Amino acid sequence: MEEQDINIKITDRDGVTHDVVAPTDMAMNLMEVVRSYELAPEGTIGICGGMAMCASCQCYVLSDTELPEMQDDEDAMLAEAFNVKDNSRLGCQIQMTPAMEGLEVELAPES
Amino acid sequence: MITTDILIIGAGPTGLFTVFEAGLLKLKCHLIDALPQAGGQCSELYPKKPIYDIPGFPEVLAGDLTKNLLEQSKQFEPGFTLGERAETVEKQEDGSFIVTTNKGTQHQAPVVAIAGGLGSFEPRKPLIDNITSFEDHGVDYFIKDPEKYRNKRVVISGGGDSALDWSIFLSDVASEVTLIHRRNEFRGALDSVEKVQELKSQGKINLVTPAEVVGVSGNSHIESVTVKKGEEEFQIETDHFIPLFGLSPKLGPIANWGLEIEKNAIKVDNALDYQTNIPGIYAIGDVNIYPGKLKLILCGFHEATLMCQSAYKVINPGKKYVLKYTTVSGIDGFDGSRKESPKAVVKAIN
Repeated sequence: MEEQDINIKITDRDGVTHDVVAPTDMAMNLMEVVRSYELAPEGTIGICGGMAMCASCQCYVLSDTELPEMQDDEDAMLAEAFNVKDNSRLGCQIQMTPAMEGLEVELAPES
Repeated sequence: MITTDILIIGAGPTGLFTVFEAGLLKLKCHLIDALPQAGGQCSELYPKKPIYDIPGFPEVLAGDLTKNLLEQSKQFEPGFTLGERAETVEKQEDGSFIVTTNKGTQHQAPVVAIAGGLGSFEPRKPLIDNITSFEDHGVDYFIKDPEKYRNKRVVISGGGDSALDWSIFLSDVASEVTLIHRRNEFRGALDSVEKVQELKSQGKINLVTPAEVVGVSGNSHIESVTVKKGEEEFQIETDHFIPLFGLSPKLGPIANWGLEIEKNAIKVDNALDYQTNIPGIYAIGDVNIYPGKLKLILCGFHEATLMCQSAYKVINPGKKYVLKYTTVSGIDGFDGSRKESPKAVVKAIN
């Protein structure tokens, strides 16, 4: 683990929690971290590539980690997504930063 | 029966460029796509997004890229079966394939190239228990023939462009249009939002927000939807319910064609020609997988080019060919057009 890496917990769609190390210096977002660890089958996450246009990377934020404020496009996409909860976010809109050490999320069901 | 040399499944960038590369080898192509227009994801999902990694284009809008690819393929007169999903494939005794769509259109070709991207775009269906039993009985996920709704009561749900645009359009056709969205805000073109606002104040659109359709009921045909607004639940009587929540790609029936699938993609021989485990069926672009695969448009172009060379050998066994450069040979379109570089001027200077 390098200095710029952070530890996060991701619970996959089968309910299994994974401790993963995410780099913060590669401009990666949470959806990409999930894909890089293959925690959801390809073709079921990040379908639009990360443009907040498909909600396939929806996740529930379980920790009280401070996250970037939700922008209009993410908010609008979540307004049309299914299985949305108060703590829903789109993984593709959460860029990994050192302040996110300890982040815990759960992937929303595929829909 | 539609016959062609290469039957391409998927009319996205990779499929369209295949037409061009095949055309250089004098092979004809026909494309099938589940969407009603060519262009695939680029034109369906993000036509206004710039792409920065197409060689030679520092920046190009996804919609413009597909428009250009269509233009480039035109001279080779591709055929199209649009708005239909490739459903089954049957190998014939002569080695060719017959591919049939969900609407029964049949196509025959010696080579099939699957350029299906992430799959065919299927509507995202709201999570309402019995909704599937009303599909084709008042519940529609696409609007194919607006006339169907003339003088009928229609409930539309969704908050994007299609929900807005169809509400506007149907306000002149249907006897009653109700638009239901989970939020007060809509994600659409500003003029569409303003138009809906105007139609609402004229009483032509019944806008119910923030609310959600949580149930459908009726006998053989839909008769009403249950709407939840805050803590309150109520019924709206209707003849049609049209949920418009966008499209999501699914590999779909191709997954049952006997092709080797890995990670939702079709395994191919990348060392050679992107052929699948079924000789004569190739997979190119985002739909395939091989060690080191990258889902990039530019990789799809490369794969299409190599695939066409291999398809040529399948279609013309033993017939000689060497790679030609368009700068040298020009292009002879199937439409009779001829493109070539101008000859250099040779003139003495006295």
